[in-house]
Amino acid sequence: MKKVHENSENLFVENKKILLKGDIDKFTVPLLWKQLSQINDLTGIEIIDLKHVTSIDSAGSLFIEEIASTIKDQNNLDLPIDKLYQNVTKDINDTIKVFSQTDVKTYSRKRKDPFFVLVGDLVISFITSLHEIMILASDVFYWAILGIWRKKGARKGSFTQQSLLIGMEAVPIVALLSLIIGLILSLQAAVQLRMFGADIFIADMLGYAMLTEMGAMMTAIIVSGRSGSSIASEIATMKVSEELDALKMMSINPIRYVIVPKFYAMSVCMPLLVILSIIIGILGGVFVAILYLNISATAFYNQLLNVLTLKDLLITMIKSTFFGWSIVIIGSFYGLKVEGGAEGVGKATTYSVVTSIITVIIIDVIFSLLYLP
Amino acid sequence: MNNSEPIIQVKNLVAKYSEKTILDDISVDINRGEITVILGSSGCGKTTLMKNILQLQRPASGQIKVFGYDLTQIDEMDYQAIIRRIGVLFQNGALLNSVDIFDNISIPIEQHTKLPKEIIKKIIEVKLHLVNLSHAIYLNPSELSGGMRKRAALARAIALDPDILFCDEPSAGLDPLTSASLDELIINLKKQLNMTVVVVTHELASIHRIADKIIFLDSGKLLFYGSLKEAKKSGIEQIDTFFKVGSF
Repeated sequence: MKKVHENSENLFVENKKILLKGDIDKFTVPLLWKQLSQINDLTGIEIIDLKHVTSIDSAGSLFIEEIASTIKDQNNLDLPIDKLYQNVTKDINDTIKVFSQTDVKTYSRKRKDPFFVLVGDLVISFITSLHEIMILASDVFYWAILGIWRKKGARKGSFTQQSLLIGMEAVPIVALLSLIIGLILSLQAAVQLRMFGADIFIADMLGYAMLTEMGAMMTAIIVSGRSGSSIASEIATMKVSEELDALKMMSINPIRYVIVPKFYAMSVCMPLLVILSIIIGILGGVFVAILYLNISATAFYNQLLNVLTLKDLLITMIKSTFFGWSIVIIGSFYGLKVEGGAEGVGKATTYSVVTSIITVIIIDVIFSLLYLP
Repeated sequence: MNNSEPIIQVKNLVAKYSEKTILDDISVDINRGEITVILGSSGCGKTTLMKNILQLQRPASGQIKVFGYDLTQIDEMDYQAIIRRIGVLFQNGALLNSVDIFDNISIPIEQHTKLPKEIIKKIIEVKLHLVNLSHAIYLNPSELSGGMRKRAALARAIALDPDILFCDEPSAGLDPLTSASLDELIINLKKQLNMTVVVVTHELASIHRIADKIIFLDSGKLLFYGSLKEAKKSGIEQIDTFFKVGSF
């Protein structure tokens, strides 16, 4: 390959002239620019001699024009820039003309808003988002309740398909993580309990923790990462590729057709997944109890029955249903709000996961306060 | 290499997608300083030919010489040096979505030259002026229409004054006026900067305006290579129908 030659001294100042030599292009201009900045004072110079210039490109031509306009400014000359050039060949003159800056309109970057404006915008957008989410939620509930009786506008088999996606396919990961959480919780507790000889209370602790908090919480976080993101990206893609508009133009309500099946599936699957999570989490505890604390399975079971109440189970079921709804609605909200092509889809997915996890935790706090024992 | 030698030489090129042969034994030379149009019906391998020349897809067999260097044999460093002298306008613009138009065009310049910021800014302004898009300099690609995006992509493709410019369907989806102004710009680039241009298109109007040479592909085979006049006189059935019907 031809090596790019970086020239040494190709810019000279000679009696009222600037002399340029060789190739004036994107590779030589950086050095020439340095030489020019060292000269600084261009007063008295009236001509740019281009006799020895062999080739030129856009960078070179703009560089020459930059010299010319500096000369013009410093010497208060009142003539068109191209009158300053001397000994220009036709080729080079043409190139300079193509890339001439003279009729280029320049624009400046928008200034960044001041801090308080940004904060204000943030607050306003938060409030409007909240408002929009409420409207979307009411829409979804309306169509979901109506849809129980009216099958029109729904895709056949969509509920089953969505249940498979949201529920069935999440089973392995929910099971695995719950088992691990159960093991960790009970191992940590077992060490402490053993010191007091209160081994058997491992069943109380684990059972109550899994039933009231850990089961629902872990499942909600897994589901919002798994299904929340897929809901957001699916709907966002549909929005970007105008599929939602197409549905509207077929007189099919996109909320009824796309979101409500997910809503149904989530309402059914979420409590089931939570029950699964609780059972497997407790199973993890049983392992620890048997292997580490030498408690028999029967003893563990009997102790467990003392703490688990139907009321707690019901509250957890209701809570997890709320978790599921919030995941669907937030995922759909960010999906529907997407703008700006493929990049927007990625953003919508991220926002939806972050927001739905936060929302899940907030809902959990509210439930904890409401049903404080 | 001397200036009379073809700038791109394709010899016995075969391209395949898994088992399916897309390009079958294509041999063609593209001359310096000419606008060569790759023509053919949809799915005949036009874009594949372009991508094979650029080595974005690896050919199954054959030789591709650009500036006299065989791209199929060359090592990575030399390939990079050659690719820097080539500008490509992709079908949908392929602008980087996460940054604005200014940054989109400044990225190749900043990466491959040591030019001062002032000159880079001027280059970007001038290139955007050339494609008639000065006002969009600080907008994001998502705020532009399809045609504007394509013009911005063209500005990026010519940012480094390439010797060869590839355009994949520059006028598809554009209104006739914008498309005509793009063609004019391509002709200007060729004339003023002695750029070699390879255009993939099936817009008849555009072909008439810009084509010096035509490569006509038909289901993966090279049917014809030559000037527009010769093509019309060639008497090859597919080419006659193409020009009669307008497009397939």
